[in-house]
Amino acid sequence: MSVVVLGQGMHPWGKWGRPFTEYGVAAAREALRDAGLAWRDVQFLVGADTIRNGYPGFVAGATFAKALGWTGARVASCYAACASGAQAIDIARTRILAGLCDVALVVGADTAPKGFFKPVGGDRHDDPDWLRFRLLGATNPAYFALYARRRIALHGATPADFAAVKVKNALAGSLNPMARYRGTVTVDEVLASPMVADPLRLMDICATSDGGAALVLASEAFARRHGGPAVRVSAVSTVTPTFPGTVLELPDFATDSAAAVPPPERTFRAAVAHAAYEEAGIGPSDLSFAEVYDLSTALELDWCEDVGLCGPGEAEKLLRAGDTSLGGRIPVNPSGGLASFGEAIPAQAIAQVCELTKQLRGAAGGRQVAGAGAGLAVNQGLFGHGSAIIATV
Amino acid sequence: MSKRLCHYGRMSAPPELAVPGWFTVEHGVTWLLGTRCGDCGTTYFPPETRFCRNPDCEGEELPEVRLSRRGTVWSYTNACYPPPPPYVAAEPYEPVVLAAVELAEESLVVLGQVTPGLAVEDLRVGMELELTSGPLADGPLVWMWGRAS
Repeated sequence: MSVVVLGQGMHPWGKWGRPFTEYGVAAAREALRDAGLAWRDVQFLVGADTIRNGYPGFVAGATFAKALGWTGARVASCYAACASGAQAIDIARTRILAGLCDVALVVGADTAPKGFFKPVGGDRHDDPDWLRFRLLGATNPAYFALYARRRIALHGATPADFAAVKVKNALAGSLNPMARYRGTVTVDEVLASPMVADPLRLMDICATSDGGAALVLASEAFARRHGGPAVRVSAVSTVTPTFPGTVLELPDFATDSAAAVPPPERTFRAAVAHAAYEEAGIGPSDLSFAEVYDLSTALELDWCEDVGLCGPGEAEKLLRAGDTSLGGRIPVNPSGGLASFGEAIPAQAIAQVCELTKQLRGAAGGRQVAGAGAGLAVNQGLFGHGSAIIATV
Repeated sequence: MSKRLCHYGRMSAPPELAVPGWFTVEHGVTWLLGTRCGDCGTTYFPPETRFCRNPDCEGEELPEVRLSRRGTVWSYTNACYPPPPPYVAAEPYEPVVLAAVELAEESLVVLGQVTPGLAVEDLRVGMELELTSGPLADGPLVWMWGRAS
C-alpha cells in the first residue's frame, strides 16, 4: 500500500519580498487545481514551518489553513530545517496510510532574508548554531567549502568541475518556469565570479530565495475513484545519523570521536538515501533521474556518490562524461536544482517532489527525462534531519 | 574558570575566554578541553558533561580531558566577506581562515580559526598544525590552529 501524488503546485521562486503565506496559498491552489479537487475536499493540511517570523508552529499549517479559509480541516506543523518538507510529506503520508484520512495537502513556503543565513538573535551561548558564528565566523558556505576543498584534495576535482555543475544546472533551470535564475552561464563566468569561501565562488553557492510548493497526497483507493494520474510515493526517508558521525556537519565544531566506537557502515548522507532505497525496494541503477541538494556545486558531486550513482571519487568522471546532464544516462537536478532556484527552506523538499511528479508524468517540457519511471529527491536538514523521497510510476 | 587561569598570578588579569570550559591557556600553552566517558571511553569536544552520546552507553561520568595539541588538516577554507553577527569582524576586514584538523589519537576533527598570517595558500590537506589561541576582534580569546613548531 502506498500514497499517491494527485496534485503538485508551486509559486515561482524569486526574491519577491511578499509575505510567505501568499506563496504557500498560491502553490496550494495550484496543487488543488492540478489534482482536480477543491480546498473543501482536503481533510488534513500539513505545513512545513518557516522560522522567519518566529512562532514556528503558528506560521505554517494553521496559517495556510486560515488563508485558504477555515474549513475545520485537521492540521499539523513541523520544522526540520531543510528537511521540513520531507517531514511534512511523511506526516501526511502516515496519516493516510493509517486510514485516518484520504486526502491531505502539504504546503511549505518561505520569504528569505538577504545575504548569509545567520542565527537567531540574542546571546545564546548554549546554541551551537549561534556559537559557530560568534567564535569562528563559520557561515554555511564555509562548511560547503570544507567539503569542496576535500574533494579537490582526495579526488582531484577542479574549480572547472564545480563550474561545470553550475553550467549544467543553469541550462536545466533555463527550461523551468518556476526557477528564479533562468539564464544560462559559462564555465568562465562561474570562475570569474567573486570568491566567497575558498575554493567556492559566488556562482558555486546557492542563494536564499522566496518560494512556495504544495502537494496533494491521497490514498490509492481515493486516487482510483478520482481517476487521477498515478505517481506513487514509494519511500520517504527521515532517518537521523548513526553514532559516531565522522563527517564535520553544519553547524558543529567537531565530529564525534571514532576512537572507542567504530564509525558506522555509511556516512549520514549515504544512509539517508539507503533507507529510501530499502523502503522502495529499488536501487540506484533503477533510477531515471535524481534531485539532490546542491547547496554548492561541489556538494552535488558528493551527493552523486552518496546516493550510489557512482563509486567514491567517480562523480567528476560522471559529470565530465555528461551522464548527469539532461539527455545523459542519469540526469541529476533536471529541475535546475538549488543552483537555479536558491533555497526557500521549508518549501524546497516539497519542490523537489513537484519535480519528481512532473518528470514521472512526462510533463516536464523541455527538461523532460525520457521514459522517466523512478526518481529520487534527497536532502539533509540542519541538526541531523535526513530527507529522501522516491517516487515511481 | 578562575581556577584554571590562576597561573596568570596577581600581576595580570587573565584574558577573557570567548567560551568558558572549551579550552584553557596555561603558561602560554593552549589546550582544548574535552571530556571522556568513564564507561565506553568516547571522547567529546565540545565537552559533554552529563550524558554519554554513545547510544549503547549509559555513562554519566565524563571527566575532563585535554586533547592532542597537534593534528593534520582535514580541510580548510576562508571567509572572503565579513561573517554576520554575532561574529565581530575586524575593520579593516582580513579574511577569517578556518581549518578542520584531525586529531589521530582521539579520532575526531575539530574546526577552528587559523592564526593570522596563515592564508589558504599556505595550507594543504594533510599538513600538521598545532593548537594555539588568539583574540577575536572584540577581545576575548578563542582557540586557533597555527603552524606546528
